[in-house]
Amino acid sequence: MSTGTTTAVRRPGPLGDERGGSGAAARGPFDWKWVVIGACVAFTVYIAMIPLGFLLWQSFRTPQTAAVEAVFTLANYAAAYGSGDTWRLFWTSIRFAAGAAVFAFVLGTVLAWMNERTNTPFKSVFFALSLIPLVIPSILFTVSWILLASPQIGIVNLVLQGWLGLEEPLVDIYSLPGMIWVDGLHYSPMAFLLMSAAFRAMDPSLEESATMSGANIFQVAWRVTLRLTWPAIVATMLILFVRSIESFEVPALLGLPVGIEVFTSAIYQAVHRYPSQVGLASAYAMSLLAITTVGVYFTSTLSRRGSKYATMTGKGFRPRLIDLGSWRWAAAAFFILYFLLIVVLPFAVLLWSSLQRFYAVPSMEALQNLTLDPYRFILSYPNLGRTVLNSLLLSFGAATVVMLVASVVCWIVVKTNYPGRWLLDNLASLPIVFPGLVLGLSIMIFYLNVDIGIYGTIWIMLIAYITRFMPYGLRYSTTSMLQIHKELEESAAMCGASWSTTFRRVVLPLLKPGLVAGWIYVMIVSIRELSTSILLYSPDTQVVSVVIWELWENGQYVELSALGVLFILSLFMLVMAAQWVGRKYGIRE
Amino acid sequence: MLKVDGLCTEYPNDRGEIVRAAQDVSFTVAEGQLFTLLGPSGCGKTTTLRSIAGLERPRAGEISVNGQLVYSSSTGVFVAPNRRGFGMVFQSYAIWPHMTVFENAAFPLQVGDSGSIQRAGSATRTRLTRGDIRERVMRVLTAVHLDALTDREATRLSGGQQQRLALARALVMEPALLLLDEPLSNLDAKLREQMRFELKRLQRELKITTVYVTHDQSEALALSRQIAVMHEGRILQIGSPRDIYERPANQFVADFVGNTNFIDGYVVSAGPAGAGHYRCLRTEIGEVRVTSEHDLRPDERVAISIRPEDVELSETRPAGDNVWEGRVDQKVFLGEAIDFQVRVGPRTLLSRRHPTLRTKIGDAIFVQLNPDKCVVLRAA
Ligand SMILES: Nc1ncnc2c1ncn2[C@@H]1O[C@H](COP(=O)(O)OP(=O)(O)OP(=O)(O)O)[C@@H](O)[C@H]1O
Ligand SMILES: [Mg+2]
Repeated sequence: MSTGTTTAVRRPGPLGDERGGSGAAARGPFDWKWVVIGACVAFTVYIAMIPLGFLLWQSFRTPQTAAVEAVFTLANYAAAYGSGDTWRLFWTSIRFAAGAAVFAFVLGTVLAWMNERTNTPFKSVFFALSLIPLVIPSILFTVSWILLASPQIGIVNLVLQGWLGLEEPLVDIYSLPGMIWVDGLHYSPMAFLLMSAAFRAMDPSLEESATMSGANIFQVAWRVTLRLTWPAIVATMLILFVRSIESFEVPALLGLPVGIEVFTSAIYQAVHRYPSQVGLASAYAMSLLAITTVGVYFTSTLSRRGSKYATMTGKGFRPRLIDLGSWRWAAAAFFILYFLLIVVLPFAVLLWSSLQRFYAVPSMEALQNLTLDPYRFILSYPNLGRTVLNSLLLSFGAATVVMLVASVVCWIVVKTNYPGRWLLDNLASLPIVFPGLVLGLSIMIFYLNVDIGIYGTIWIMLIAYITRFMPYGLRYSTTSMLQIHKELEESAAMCGASWSTTFRRVVLPLLKPGLVAGWIYVMIVSIRELSTSILLYSPDTQVVSVVIWELWENGQYVELSALGVLFILSLFMLVMAAQWVGRKYGIRE
Repeated sequence: MLKVDGLCTEYPNDRGEIVRAAQDVSFTVAEGQLFTLLGPSGCGKTTTLRSIAGLERPRAGEISVNGQLVYSSSTGVFVAPNRRGFGMVFQSYAIWPHMTVFENAAFPLQVGDSGSIQRAGSATRTRLTRGDIRERVMRVLTAVHLDALTDREATRLSGGQQQRLALARALVMEPALLLLDEPLSNLDAKLREQMRFELKRLQRELKITTVYVTHDQSEALALSRQIAVMHEGRILQIGSPRDIYERPANQFVADFVGNTNFIDGYVVSAGPAGAGHYRCLRTEIGEVRVTSEHDLRPDERVAISIRPEDVELSETRPAGDNVWEGRVDQKVFLGEAIDFQVRVGPRTLLSRRHPTLRTKIGDAIFVQLNPDKCVVLRAA
């Protein structure tokens, strides 16, 4: 495909011959244009096609062991879909994902509405705080809620039991509602951000004119606000749904101990069985992939149709705020409670546990046994330096490669009329349908079968990260690429600049705010990454999130907490530093 | 009919400071008249209009319609905007993109309830049947020439059509008061002119009391019965278009409404106010005789404002007072008129003349200022 593109569009371009005036050589001076474009296109196609192809192939193979060669079979699908177990799996996955999506959505929307449209006190502070949960990795959030609400050691349970004088624990985190609670809570900031943006994008005079027409608050909300934000509501729900059906940490930590399985945890278990049932895992993965594909497809058609409402331009001023009267203190209390549940309690319980020799519920007695031993253990953990270095190298490397390739790809997609560029766009966005675990699985399978010497090295993880986060990088750079006027490039060409010079001196600098913002985002999500890494790491290429996972498997809770506290704090600092750098490079928000 | 008294509206800005967007705004609008709030960007026109609509809650003042209080800071009355029953056209038109033309216009009839302020003489609003709604919507859509487009999606309307739909939506409930916030500012020049006549026709026909906000002085002069010129949240002058144009109360109004020449000076001979009494001012270009409505004290600093079309030019020395010899500095041909920049002493005066005057640049020319057209303004 890449060569096809290259030859199809090779024609004497305006940039080709401006410096060849001396006539010394038949060919013009060498321009890196086609090398760069070709390399980026080839790379994109490679990383997007590999996972899907091999996943499909493997799902038709028997397991390969030392003794038996793998052969063609339909048995995986028979095993996966022949039994009623799979339907239970399917049904549980859907219930979990839908529940978590609805919960996150309702919570996020209420918060967004209060924040954008009411006079709740302290809400500007709240907006800044609401972003903090995004730096807490899923696995740590889940672990902290186990410490808070497990039936045996959960602090919330013990406190409530004490207060109410109950025999039985009140809440059980190891249940479907518990899983929904943790997953939904953790992703409610995402819903909050998306819905805030939707509310903000709406011209408030659309609501005000309904008010002037005589409609009361409920009529305005139902007949105007809700209808106009409908595309955003459905899109947000779909995104949340796809996200929670991909979620691995919560089902693995909360569901597996009590036998609640969803697709992701089933895939993980199939791989980790002996002998490893990669074929079965692939068959499961195919159905998970089918679900996410449908979700992503609807999201994208919806956002395309949503542009019909693009006339909704804000007028610059904040909309009229609804006066909640004395209820606004209740609203503020709700904000505070939310913040407690999502940041303060989880972090506090990790901090507490990280200061114990053996995990103990908070009490006066336990208070006397505070120790820094877990931190000592962590700091002398074998290969800690190596692990941290891996995490940093991978996240910085992935972020850099993703943003550079994405800038070229989106330049091709947005600025040129090369044939097949829509295909390139879709290919580069394809990995977004891959749940992290499925992506890890398919990359693992591919490099096991095609030995080019990177299996078990850090390179395979880098490739996995790049593949996984390319769609996000692309989205960031496309948004800012759309704002660069074609004439800016053309005037550079008129000044005699070659394509690569123009790209380096004009396009990239103009793209910089988008690139830096995307870089920061990819860096953060890479450093938290667990579900892909967990299938690809080797002892030499451990990353921090995998170490946390191992500590959990070994039951080393206090040590895990110590590592978690350090991890969250350094992530927080990293984000702060990145934002500071970002602001220096002129990024708004 | 509409009475606004001592209205003050404030906003907190981002740094928590208070912006006084409207201060001590008072005016009345008689039944069936079109009243315009005119002023530069940010002077508080929209704020005043939104306060009347009830979309902002003023800090102080009183607003009543047909003798009925809708807001009063002293008695704490505040009628919610959806119960006031005013029609309003927003600057962005705020056409709902998820409804058709018909649905947009029918909305006020579907959601409104009785109990809002009625227009004198209109039937009380009760629950309407589908047929009634259809009939009334069609009537108003016909009035704005949109009856052919009823089922069109509202997003597929041109700017002018959107503007007319917004107007239809505001008119359909036969409101006591129509509030228009720069309704023509999003249209291109040609269409704006056309819609200006359309608006005036509709307003005349329906005899609907209207408050109109604009920063375009020609629009204000063309449309209104009365104009209030606003600046920094305050009303500087209220009057008929002719008053505002010919007798501006201060330099700001003179400058903002139309072009003008200012000539600074001070009073030499004082005297009582009124026509027929000429006073003498010493200015940069020499002595100027003027009439004035103000009592002037000797040695008071003043400025004379004179419109370009009142600066008379002739190639031969005219009879009478206030004549100077000047020199043509610049000419700009405008088609129906020609603008002369004439140098008189240290000043350059702008004069708008008929194109038949063909004096060349650099030639001498006589300038005459009609004492009755010289408006004396006290220095601010
Ligand atoms: N919601 C708001 N919050 C804070 N300040 C506001 C708000 N709305 C208006 N202001 C301020 O109040 C002042 C008056 O604004 P207003 O919108 O009434 O001006 P305007 O005369 O309508 O101007 P324009 O012709 O540009 O529409 C301005 O200084 C503006 O910055
Ligand atoms: Mg305005």
